[in-house]
Amino acid sequence: MVTNTISVSETPQVLYALRRADDALILGHRLSECCGHAPTLEEDMALANIGLDLIGQARALYALAALREPSLEGGRANTEDTYAYLRDVGQYRNLLLCELPNGDFGRIIMRQFLYSAFIDPYWRAMMKSSDAQLAAIAEKAEKETAYHLRYTSEWVIRLGDGTPKSHDRMQAALEFLWSYTGEMFDTDEAEAMLQAEGMIIDASVIHDGWRTTVQTILDRATLTLPQSAWMQKGGRSGRHSEHLGFLLAEMQQLPRSEPGAVW
Amino acid sequence: MNKTLKATPPVQLWEVFIRSRSGLAHKHVGSLHAEDAELALQAARNLFTRRGEGLSIWVVPSHLIIASDPSEKGMLFEPALSKAYRHPTFYNVPEEVGHM
Repeated sequence: MVTNTISVSETPQVLYALRRADDALILGHRLSECCGHAPTLEEDMALANIGLDLIGQARALYALAALREPSLEGGRANTEDTYAYLRDVGQYRNLLLCELPNGDFGRIIMRQFLYSAFIDPYWRAMMKSSDAQLAAIAEKAEKETAYHLRYTSEWVIRLGDGTPKSHDRMQAALEFLWSYTGEMFDTDEAEAMLQAEGMIIDASVIHDGWRTTVQTILDRATLTLPQSAWMQKGGRSGRHSEHLGFLLAEMQQLPRSEPGAVW
Repeated sequence: MNKTLKATPPVQLWEVFIRSRSGLAHKHVGSLHAEDAELALQAARNLFTRRGEGLSIWVVPSHLIIASDPSEKGMLFEPALSKAYRHPTFYNVPEEVGHM
């Protein structure tokens, strides 16, 4: 038996929660792929810890989406699990940055750094949300992401300003990831409605602070900010890279083929 | 490239001490490998405080710890074994004092 894909009633509030939840889940899943494969035991634990933080954030946001989604036909409601396991690629709303394959340790660190430098001030600003539940999620998440930013910054500095080989790998990772960073600051009509109500902040206000943080760390790491201004987008509306399908296939295989399976 | 890059220092061993509650002493919990002090502190947090064990962390390069010589344990420790009077067990503690 194979479980069918769910349908989601994407009101602005639901769409918003799913976007943030999907970022955290997909990036968290990418980090879980490193489990047992990091360069040292110490870093293995560090990456797994960050992955668990992100998956915890995803759960809180999926639970919020479930609470806010109008009930489906027959009174059925979506849950954290159905959002995670029973949506297809085109229904995922995460940033393309989060789904990119891991590559080497340098790229894993750089991807996490670029995201953490954005999401930490983002959640800090969201602590003032007029929505008490979102503000509470933001407050918990910010403590975690503050550490992610510190951890990845230290590694970016050491690897960038390390050996010629580690420097080149970090510069290559930065070039590879750069065009995927613009999507973090995008906003659309659905989010503009929530911004007008004071529920969420406009992500574009984070941009200048993010750029300063990134520039400061890259300077210390002797890395060069790419000049290209052209940015990829599509993840927020379900247009994904070819990589997400493989990730979902692995993540969803068990719950889809064994519905209701428990530990 | 013309500039000189600082190579990451070689990995060394660090001893980790965690203080689990206010008022308690830092207690040795294990050791880890890290390149420098900052990364050692981060690794200690990641490895040893995952289940809410800590309020404070110390890391110390293992080579800085001065240890007693195991072959000298007779000279160092055995003389104390015959001096039971050093244990404060000969005093009557008034009941009002409770647990000391």
